[in-house]
Amino acid sequence: MSAAVLTFVIVGQQDHPIYEVDLTGPKEQQAQYLHQFVLHAALDAVDEAMWATKELYLKTVDRFNNLFVSAFATPGGARLLLLHDGRGDDGVRAFFGEVYELYIRVMLNPFHTPSTKIVSKTFDHRVRMAAKRTLG
Amino acid sequence: MLGAGARPNRHAVNIVERPIPKTRAEVSTVAFSAYAYLFSELISYAMDRAASITELEERLDKVGYEVGTRMMELLSYREKTVRRKPEVLDVLKFIHSTAWPFLFGKPANDLQQANAADDEYMISDHDLLVGRYISVPRSYATFVPGSIVAGIVRGMLDAAGFPAHRGGGGGGGGAPQKSTTILVKFEAAVMARQAALENARRG
Repeated sequence: MSAAVLTFVIVGQQDHPIYEVDLTGPKEQQAQYLHQFVLHAALDAVDEAMWATKELYLKTVDRFNNLFVSAFATPGGARLLLLHDGRGDDGVRAFFGEVYELYIRVMLNPFHTPSTKIVSKTFDHRVRMAAKRTLG
Repeated sequence: MLGAGARPNRHAVNIVERPIPKTRAEVSTVAFSAYAYLFSELISYAMDRAASITELEERLDKVGYEVGTRMMELLSYREKTVRRKPEVLDVLKFIHSTAWPFLFGKPANDLQQANAADDEYMISDHDLLVGRYISVPRSYATFVPGSIVAGIVRGMLDAAGFPAHRGGGGGGGGAPQKSTTILVKFEAAVMARQAALENARRG
């Protein structure tokens, strides 16, 4: 079996990708491109799904072969996307919940704008910890 | 609690580690005098840099917009169950009865739909806190300090996915009643989406 797939992206209020992390370590370029492509393509599906429900967690919005994209839309218009290979719903939901709280803190910073990339090392570290805890 | 390597600065708590007060009781309030001082400074700052009354209002609106986008996220998170607001009425009610108490300690006096157009709504307040202690000189007669609140509303709507035109605060500055009305006019795309949603629900 190939290496596990777990890529996480935050798309800001104005459709800028503001944070991206590959949680399972470096991959060959070909795979990276594919993953990015699938994630970006899923944004359309998120746009459709997010207006049909009041829930933040949108479950799996899109899939490509054995790649799944789960999404989480915040009330303030940011979207969290996770590309994975079929994880349990509960773990993904918990992961989004934790990252959402971290994201609120960052966006409350007056120097953060909707299109600023999140480069904080602490944020990165906390996201990885959350992933380890909830997604194993 | 802090892991090794997780603290770039020993003295300050990193923003990611700070608590977000969740319940109403934990949220601190600011003395009105302190606020009034800050706001008067903000207005004179904007006045120094604005060539016209419209530009002055635009500057205040921009400041409010920044506040609004953040408030939408924060106040939604503070609700009992965190929900997004995909409906026009939901988000307006949220502004009227959640955001207003957070900002001014009371809900807005009125929220209504304009008679003539169904994409226009009005939020009015008889005595907007930001207008207190501000006497508008005759040379600034058309200036409405409520523009900052109009900006907050615009920011909140924008963050929630309902871009709207800047309505500006109408209402009588010099009139006997100090009522301020914020006119919200949604963009055509918002109304189209709302209609599509309703159609989909009806099946």
